[in-house]
Amino acid sequence: MFASILTSAIRFSTIFTLGSTGETLTEKSGNLNLGIPGIMCAGAIGGIIGENIYIQSLGSIAEISAFGAIVTPLIFSMIFSGLLGAFYCLLTVTLKCNQNVTGLAITTFGAGLLSLLGNRIDKTGFAQASLFFTDGMDFASKLGGFGQVVFSHGFMVYFAIILAIIVAVIIKRTRTGLSLQAVGENPATADAAGLSVTNYKYAATIIGSMIAGFGGVFYIFDYLGGSIEYTIEAYGWLAIAIVIFSVWKPNFGIFSSLIFGFLYILPYYTQVNFAQMELIKMVPYVVTILVLIVTSIMNRKESQPPAALGLTYFREER
Amino acid sequence: MAKVKANKTPLVRISKRTDISGWKALGIRAIAFVAALVLGGIVTAILLEGNPFKFYSYLFEGTFGTPRRIWKLLQDLAMLLLISLAVTPAFKMRFWNIGAEGQALVGVLAAGAMIFYIGDAVPNGVLILIMAVAAVAAGIIWAVIPGIFKAYFNTNETLFTLMMNYVAMCLINYFINIWVTSGSGVLGVLAGGHFPVIGGQPQILTIIIVAVVTALVAVYLSRSKHGYELSVVGESENTARYIGINVKKVVIRTMILSGALCGLVGLLLVGGIHYTVTADLVGGNGFTAILVSWLAKFNPIYMIATSFLVTFLNQGATFAADSFRLGGSFSDIIVGLFFFAIIACEFFINYKVTFNLKSKKKDEAKAAIVTEEVVEEVKEEVQG
Repeated sequence: MFASILTSAIRFSTIFTLGSTGETLTEKSGNLNLGIPGIMCAGAIGGIIGENIYIQSLGSIAEISAFGAIVTPLIFSMIFSGLLGAFYCLLTVTLKCNQNVTGLAITTFGAGLLSLLGNRIDKTGFAQASLFFTDGMDFASKLGGFGQVVFSHGFMVYFAIILAIIVAVIIKRTRTGLSLQAVGENPATADAAGLSVTNYKYAATIIGSMIAGFGGVFYIFDYLGGSIEYTIEAYGWLAIAIVIFSVWKPNFGIFSSLIFGFLYILPYYTQVNFAQMELIKMVPYVVTILVLIVTSIMNRKESQPPAALGLTYFREER
Repeated sequence: MAKVKANKTPLVRISKRTDISGWKALGIRAIAFVAALVLGGIVTAILLEGNPFKFYSYLFEGTFGTPRRIWKLLQDLAMLLLISLAVTPAFKMRFWNIGAEGQALVGVLAAGAMIFYIGDAVPNGVLILIMAVAAVAAGIIWAVIPGIFKAYFNTNETLFTLMMNYVAMCLINYFINIWVTSGSGVLGVLAGGHFPVIGGQPQILTIIIVAVVTALVAVYLSRSKHGYELSVVGESENTARYIGINVKKVVIRTMILSGALCGLVGLLLVGGIHYTVTADLVGGNGFTAILVSWLAKFNPIYMIATSFLVTFLNQGATFAADSFRLGGSFSDIIVGLFFFAIIACEFFINYKVTFNLKSKKKDEAKAAIVTEEVVEEVKEEVQG
């Protein structure tokens, strides 16, 4: 029983891991991208369009190959989410507009795009294509409960965890990552030190958007098995909550996502009524608020948001 | 580190400008609005492979086509305006309250709870008063908690208020599931607590209340000591402290005002419009209000125009989507495009873009003329 809850929690948490890793990377550059829910939707619709194009290009569904069915949607997803991320940067970095306002507009747009195009697209062959996403490792069933929990997932679950670790290492251990943090903490100083604030912000936001966009692809093709649902926006907001919960550290983000995923699916495994279910759903948000309060009261330097988070940088205003 | 190239002037120079005339700024915004409409027409034409002009006629038909639609437009305009007014004092203070959705929702919940629990026990007039007190108090509580933590511990208010939205949503669903025993999760129309109908139209009372609040907020922000203090805190917290403003007090006081207005939104939604409680009663207006308020430069009078534009586009595009059978999300895309266009145009209002390509050549030509003149003068002197 517990093994099966844990298995689905790990699987479900992938969407949070990808979303929060992308958002953490973005926020480290000082961009508070509230467009992430919309960008995850855009990533999902990119994946859907990519898969549709790939399947249409085949003579018959029998010719489907793992490589094409996986790579095409991922590439299209990267294009869609990357473009929206670039657009966010164009407005907030180049055109120096307000970050909150821009982010919210992007979320409205992205969520609209997903449900508008998602309704109209031909979904034949999606179920077969999604099998390539969901296939776990062959030896998983031989190892019993442990194998089920650890090895039974589709490749994107491991991909997300590896990606989060890589991002964590880059941010904390490399020169690029430290420079990125400098840009997020104090862009004026970083600029004076010769770092290109604009380039760092663009790169971090676009790559972060692409990572978050994968979350949308994962949800459609792995978790839902190729059908389309429009709840991605809500997971995007939770991903932003996880960024806070994990105090801007992607490696903590993996465990935070697991906790959030666990709380999210727990009501479906327990004998609770609808009212109690709502209370359980409330827990992640309340805990996030508590983390936010506690970290701000303790005022430790390591667990603070980037100092210039949400502020646009204009060189002449120093 | 990259080698610094000597004498390289960037092609584009961006500088801040403060001297733009009101007409020019209005013109730029009008261009952006037209651009958004053109984009919307193109998107529709692509989706339907057809005539974009049909889209524009539907926009107007859906908003001004019948008296009923006009009343709906006015009512939605009033509600969006009220919630935009609610977030404005906080924004002027640079307190990014993105929790208006949740603050209005707890107002809805409190008003609904009063009808549900004591609706039968007291006369309607008293009930409405109790609802008003409860809704406003609930809104205040929801807004002042992040305010207090911001004031004393500098807790990030954007993230705090964002999370409070979801707590409010879960809370409302929790109570609906307790109240509705059938398990359907839908609370029907509540019997008591309906506002009186003035002049035969149920929308008129709402519109009057919002008009009064708009005037009051406009006066509060531009003519009162409180309004002055909060804009000083927004401009520079250090200046505010230096001239003896109690920043903590201003932050908390302003959030109380914000929350009270959001609570009022909840009250009007329950008592004046929907007479029921659901988690999507505010319908994302709490987020849209942020854009509306920002576009109006936090000026309550301009805000009437910006909330009109947004409501007009939303309702018109929804009607167009129904007529084209495109589904409800179509209006999200149209409104999203509108916001992008307007957000981008703000840049051209606030900043001046200078291209260096032409001026460089001119400078060279000027320099050449100057050199020639000097040479001539020197020659003359030598000859003299």
